[in-house]
Amino acid sequence: MSDRWRRRTCCRRADGKRFSSTFSLGVRGAACGALEGRCEVRGVRIGILAVQGDFEAHAAMLARLGAETVEVRTPAQLQGCDGLILPGGESTTQLQFLQEEGLADAIGKFAKQGGAIFGTCAGAILLAAEVRNPRQDSLKLLDMTVLRNAYGRQIASDVVNGPTKLKKQPLEMVFIRGPIIERAGPDLKVLAEYAGKPALVQRDNIMAATFHPELTDDTTVHEHFLRLVAVGTNHAAGSAIS
Amino acid sequence: MDANKVNGSGAGSKGSNEWRVKVGLAEMLKGGVIMDVTNAEQAKIAEKAGACAVMALERVPSDIRKEGGVARMASIKVIREIMATVTIPVMAKVRIGHFAEADVLQALEVDFIDESEVLTPADEENHIWKHDYRVPFVCGARNLGEALRRIAEGAAMIRTKGEAGSGNVVEAVRHMRAIVSQMKKLTTMRDDELMREAKELGAPLELIRQIAKTGKLPVPNFSAGGIATPADAALVRRLGAEAVFVGSGIFKSSDPETRAKAVVKAATHFEDPKAVLEAHEELGEAMRGLDVRQMEEKDMLSTRGW
Repeated sequence: MSDRWRRRTCCRRADGKRFSSTFSLGVRGAACGALEGRCEVRGVRIGILAVQGDFEAHAAMLARLGAETVEVRTPAQLQGCDGLILPGGESTTQLQFLQEEGLADAIGKFAKQGGAIFGTCAGAILLAAEVRNPRQDSLKLLDMTVLRNAYGRQIASDVVNGPTKLKKQPLEMVFIRGPIIERAGPDLKVLAEYAGKPALVQRDNIMAATFHPELTDDTTVHEHFLRLVAVGTNHAAGSAIS
Repeated sequence: MDANKVNGSGAGSKGSNEWRVKVGLAEMLKGGVIMDVTNAEQAKIAEKAGACAVMALERVPSDIRKEGGVARMASIKVIREIMATVTIPVMAKVRIGHFAEADVLQALEVDFIDESEVLTPADEENHIWKHDYRVPFVCGARNLGEALRRIAEGAAMIRTKGEAGSGNVVEAVRHMRAIVSQMKKLTTMRDDELMREAKELGAPLELIRQIAKTGKLPVPNFSAGGIATPADAALVRRLGAEAVFVGSGIFKSSDPETRAKAVVKAATHFEDPKAVLEAHEELGEAMRGLDVRQMEEKDMLSTRGW
């Protein structure tokens, strides 16, 4: 397969109007900085882990971008999803559901099969290879070490700005009892930072944010995730044809 | 986290940044169960069972009811021990209108403050002006008017005011149905009818207009009071509660650990009767309940506050 490929797709903008655009994407989710406008690929289905947390905020954000979403509470509900969002919430609560109801295995399998995954806050903690403060088990899908509640208690929660590779302007970041990515492995791309620490990272089509883009009006991060989903969907379609 | 702080408090469609992180934490608790605990050991059990937050108390509501006397903010020592023991958010209660207790809890850095009718009210006329605080508040409400008055004062989360410590879900159901049906009604009204409704409900017109558009409270809407079993949790979730508080129901039962876990499971899988059945399978005896209709007005906690 060539390094770059082109695809024509139908997009729906935030204002609800549909438009067509042709754009190119690098393989393996390379940064799509050349892309403009609000693009969403029609026909992709995004699962949102809904055992506990701010899954509705993610659903509202994806609805604005025109993506189809489905709440995932059981392994069976993950079937047919092209992407999966692990929302914010309490990672201890979420982890319990993942481990006791077979969701952890299902998500591991989903990632292996090339499904795109995006975790925010607690979701980022679940994706990390190593969790500290205190130590806890995780899905280990991204090579990074995450410290839980690293800024302190709720009183330290805040809205800040940080530099990002996804757009020229700084990204608005809502931190709520947020974690810190203390160490990001060499295969992780850092897409945004806050106070010198990675705040948004990506490896292939798996992404993690220590903040909550779903609690802002800015669709940049979710649009980027939808592009990663589109890349994965196309790889799957491409390999089926060849 | 002061560096690079976004200026312009109050600007933007999502409100001030302080307000956004307050409602943001409430969003994070959705789908979960918040459990009353009276010591570090219970807090640990709650966390292990999957609680998304704990409410630190000196006595659970059913004991407050039994023992009587004045119920106040919990001892700082107890709250501190609980904060040191668990990693999930820790909430604590203040008496209605007791802003000095709220100042103390904010200085202690609890994650959420419940201005609660379960404690003996400190002010029978006024509730706390909650916008003054950086720590978010949750308040009880029996109907939409009460919910909107609390939101106008700065509550970042609303919960029903079900009869605490009764083990009887009937009042929580009444309140949740009232709030949801009053919101539905607003969505069917013409603009010129909304002012009258604002007058009837005793609620700010701005919030009334907002709900007429969205059909939802502008903050998360949870349920509390009398929830004692997994099926109780599923019931209030199906009636519109976005998460559940369980007070005496867990640690006054014969099997706190199993029951805590079972209620957590039912709160998440509330739409799946098989999962709620499974949650009930292992359970022992629930707490002994009280018939709310046999109670006298003076013994009702939900009538405290307005």
